[in-house]
Amino acid sequence: MKRKDFLYLSGIGMGALMLPDLSAFGNPIDPLQALEGVDVKIKKELADVALNAAKSKGASYADIRIGRYLNQFVATREKRVQGVANTESYGIGVRVLANGCWGFAATNNVTKEAVAKAAEQAVAVAKANAKIQGEPVQLAPQKGFGEVSWKTPIEINAFEVPVKEKVDLLLNVNDIAMQNGASYINSVIFAVNEQKYFASTDGSYIDQDVHRIYPSFNVTRIDRESGKFQTRSALSSPMGMGYEYMNARPEDKVSGVVTRYKGRYDMLEDVKSAALNAAEKVKAKSVEPGKYDLVLDPSHLWLTIHESVGHPTELDRVLGYEANYAGTSFLTLDKWKSKNFKFGSERVNVIADKTQPGSLGAVGYDDEGVKCKKWDIIKDGILVNYQAIRDQAHIIGLDESQGCCYSQGWDDVQFQRMPNISLQAGKEKLSVDDMIKNVEKGIYIIGNGSFSIDQQRYNFQFGGQTFYEIKNGKIAGMLNDVAYQSNTQEFWNSCSAICDESDYRLGGSFNDGKGQPSQSSAVSHGSATTRFNGVNVINTARKI
Amino acid sequence: MAILTKEQAQALLKKVLGYSKADECEVNLSGSDSGNIRYARSSVSTSGGASSQTLVVSSAFGKKLGVATINEFDDASLEKVVRRAEELARLAPENPEFMSFLGPQEYGPESPTFLASTAAVGPKERADAVAASLNQAKENKLNAAGFLSNESGYSAMMNSKGLFAYNKATDVAFNITIRTEDGKGSGYATRGYHDFDKLDTKTDTAVAAKKAMASVTAKAIEPGKYTVILEPTAVAVMLENLFFDLDARQADEGRSSMSKPGGKTKLGEQLLDERVNVYSDPWNKELPGSTWSGDGRPQQKVNWIEKGVVKNFYASRYWAQKTGIKPIPSPNGVIMVGGDKSLEELIKGTEKGILVTRLWYIRPVDPQTLLLTGLTRDGTFYIENGEIKFPIKNFRFNESPIIMLNNLEEMGKSERTVSAESNANYLLPPLKIRDFTFTSLSDAV
Repeated sequence: MKRKDFLYLSGIGMGALMLPDLSAFGNPIDPLQALEGVDVKIKKELADVALNAAKSKGASYADIRIGRYLNQFVATREKRVQGVANTESYGIGVRVLANGCWGFAATNNVTKEAVAKAAEQAVAVAKANAKIQGEPVQLAPQKGFGEVSWKTPIEINAFEVPVKEKVDLLLNVNDIAMQNGASYINSVIFAVNEQKYFASTDGSYIDQDVHRIYPSFNVTRIDRESGKFQTRSALSSPMGMGYEYMNARPEDKVSGVVTRYKGRYDMLEDVKSAALNAAEKVKAKSVEPGKYDLVLDPSHLWLTIHESVGHPTELDRVLGYEANYAGTSFLTLDKWKSKNFKFGSERVNVIADKTQPGSLGAVGYDDEGVKCKKWDIIKDGILVNYQAIRDQAHIIGLDESQGCCYSQGWDDVQFQRMPNISLQAGKEKLSVDDMIKNVEKGIYIIGNGSFSIDQQRYNFQFGGQTFYEIKNGKIAGMLNDVAYQSNTQEFWNSCSAICDESDYRLGGSFNDGKGQPSQSSAVSHGSATTRFNGVNVINTARKI
Repeated sequence: MAILTKEQAQALLKKVLGYSKADECEVNLSGSDSGNIRYARSSVSTSGGASSQTLVVSSAFGKKLGVATINEFDDASLEKVVRRAEELARLAPENPEFMSFLGPQEYGPESPTFLASTAAVGPKERADAVAASLNQAKENKLNAAGFLSNESGYSAMMNSKGLFAYNKATDVAFNITIRTEDGKGSGYATRGYHDFDKLDTKTDTAVAAKKAMASVTAKAIEPGKYTVILEPTAVAVMLENLFFDLDARQADEGRSSMSKPGGKTKLGEQLLDERVNVYSDPWNKELPGSTWSGDGRPQQKVNWIEKGVVKNFYASRYWAQKTGIKPIPSPNGVIMVGGDKSLEELIKGTEKGILVTRLWYIRPVDPQTLLLTGLTRDGTFYIENGEIKFPIKNFRFNESPIIMLNNLEEMGKSERTVSAESNANYLLPPLKIRDFTFTSLSDAV
C-alpha cells in the first residue's frame, strides 16, 4: 500500500478517510478462501525446481520465496459501512547471484515451468547487470536449517472472525463517538496474514505464517460557529497478534490523563475518550512557544524513535543506497568506528529485536533465511551497531547477517528493512506521576501526529494527538498548536529520565516506506514514558 | 497480451457483460508493461520488469454492490469472476450512497497520452539512458544514485447501460541525486514525460551535478522570514496539497481549509492573489491525461482557481447529487498559468532572497490552515543583488500554500514538473514568494 493511502486510512494528520486502491493489495477473494493454505510439499517441489534451474544456468547462490499475502480491510464512517475487502496476492520471486551480481524475477504463474523460467530470467538479469557492476557482492555465510516452520503466536486468527462481528464492533465504536459529541468518525480494522515459504541453495526450507492486526479510528469535532475543527486518532497500536488484541483485560490498561493500552486494546473505551478529547482540543489554549521539558508517552515516542534512531542506523542508508529517495544518514561509519560517538545520554539504551512477542517485526527467519535475533544499537548512549543483511555484514566486520532482510511481496526484491528498534526502560523504579512531579515547565504528549525529518536525520519536527501543560509538577490543562523541533543528537542527549519496565509499551508503523519502487514494511518500537529537557516548542497556529 | 487495442478491449468487455445476471454490471479492464533500473554508489543496485493485466467486475442488485477481480482471461475464469461479484453483492449491506452506473458519455477527441516509440522502450534503452547518467557523474568524480522507470498501459471500461471508454498511455520517470565524494554537496533533478525521446538523462544529471558542486561549503544563516524563489519541483510539493483540498465533501462537512464558519465554504471567494489561475485540461499537449475518470465521468477542461477565486470543487457523483453541484471528478493533471520570465530572470530581479531548488518530507501540520512542514534539500542558495552569492545550509519551514499564494511576488514560465512526494506530474511555474517562514536549521546535506 502506498504511504499516502495509508495516511488517509489511519487518519494521521488528516480529517478524511478515503478508500484505497484495492488492487494495490491484491485480488479480492471470498473471506473463506483466506483460510485455505498451500501444501508445504508442493511448495518444496516448486522451490527445488527454481533452485536447480538457477544453478544449472550458472548461479552461485539462489533463493526463492513463495508468498501468499492476505489482507482483510473493514472500513466504516458514522452509520455506514464504506468498504469490506478481502484480498490475496500469490506468486513466487527468485533471487540469484551470478557473476557476482544480483538478479531477480517474479511470476504469479505458480507452475514448475513458470518457476523455472523465472529462475532463468533472474540469472540473465544478473549476468547483464554484472557488466556495469562495481564490486562483486560478498554474501555472509548462512547455514541451512533444513525443513523448519514458524508461526506468529496468535490466540484468535483474525481471518476466522466473521466480517459481521467486525462491522458491528466498528458501528458500535462510531455510535459511541457520535453520542459523545463527535461530528464525524471513521473507523477501520486491518488484518494481514503473510504465508511465506523460503528456500535457498544453502539448504533451508522455511515455512512461516505471519499475522498482524491494526484497529484504528479518527474522530473529528467541529465547532460550526467558529468553524474550528480538531481530530483525535486512536491510541491503539498495530501489533503482530491475532484478534485477541481486541479483547483488553484490566492489566492491559494504563490509567492517567487518558487510558492507554499495553498488550491489548479496548476500542470502545478509547473512542469515548477520543470524542471528549476532541471537544476539549477545540477549546484548549494555544501554546506559548519556547523551551519546555517534554514528557513523552510511548504512544507518541515510538514515532520519534522510528524516525531519529531507526532510520539513521539502517546500514543501506549509511552506505548511500537510499541517497536518491529516503536519503543517507548522519551516523557515518567513522562515528561507529570511533566507539565513542555520544548519540544520547548514558540512560539511552536502544536494542534491535526481531524476536519480541507481539511486535510487528517478529518472525522466525528473515526473507533471506537468517534466524532472527536481538542486538544492541545504542549502548549507554554510544552508537555500537547498525542493521545489516547478508551482503552488508562484512562492511561492519560481522561474519553473519543480523537478519534484517524483508520484501513486501513475492514480486518485490528483498532488501534491508528496519527490525523492531526499542528504547529500553529505566533501570530504577520510576512512575509517570513521579516523573511529572519533578517537571517545572513542561508538556506531556500522548499519541503520534505530524512528523517530518531531514534526509540525514538531524532535524525533526513532531506533533501529537493531545498535549497537556505541566506547571510546577502538576498537569495544568490541555494545550493546542504544539510541535517540537530538535536535532537528533541534542534531543537524545537531553534525555533525563525514563520510567521503569512497568510502563513499557509497544507502538509501531504498519506501513514504513523505503526503496524505489517503494516497498512497505511493518515495524514496532517499544519504550516507557521518557523525559527530555529544554526542547524547542513552536506554535503552529496560523490565520488564513 | 499486455496492451489490448480499443477493439480487443471492447470485444473482451462485451463477452464479460454477457455473463451478467445482476441488475447492473460494470467492468473495468487495465494492463501494463513496465520496467525499471535503480542505481546507487554509481552502480546498478536493482532492476526489474513487470507485466500485468486486471479485470474488475462490479455487480449491483439494488443498492448492494459486489466487486471481484481476476487476472486470467479464459471463458471459464471470466464467467467465474462475474458470478463471484454477484455473490458478494448479494451478501453486501445496502450502500445508501450507491449511484446507478452512468449511461453512454461523450469524451471528445483522444488525448495524446500514448507514443508507440515509447511503448517500444525496453531493457537496452533503459540501460543506455542510465549509462549516460553514470558516465556524466563519473567524468566529474561524483556519486550518482538514481531511478529510471517506464511504463506503457491501457485502461477500458464498459457497463450494462451502454457506456464504453478506452485510453492508452506511455510514461517515463527519471530522478537522480548527485553527491560530491566528500558528502558536502548534493544536487537533484526529476523528470516525467509521456515521450521517452524527451528524456535526456545526461543533461538532467549535469543539472544535478552542478547543484551538488555549487552547494559545497554551505553557510548557516539565521532562520526567519525570507523572500524565496521556488523551482517548479519545490512548488509542486506545496501546491499539490492545495489541489487535494478542493474536495467538495470535506469542505461542506466543515473539515478542510476550504470550510468556513457556519457550515459554508470558500467556493466563489477570493482566496489567493489575483494572478493565480489554476486549471486542468486532458488535451494539453505538455500534460495530456485520460479523457475519462475511473467511474466513467468525462474529464474536461476545468478552471479550479480563476484570478485567485476558488471556482470549482471536485466531488463524487453521490455528493454532487446530494448538494446540487456539478459532478466534476478529481483531475489527473493540474496546470498553473505562469509568467514570461525564466528562473534566471527571477533571480536577476531579486535584491535579497533564497533560491530553493527542492523541498522534501512535506507533512500536514494543521489541516485547518493547510500549514505544512518540510525541509529544503539538494541545493539551497543565497541571492543578493540579482546573483547567487553562496550556498546555504538547509532549513525546516512551516508554511501554508494558501499564505504563500497571497505573498506572491512574481511567477516564471510554467514547465512540466514532478512532485517528489506523490510522483504526480504538473505544469507549474517557478514562484517568487515573500515572507516564506523558515523555522530552524538542518545540518543535513
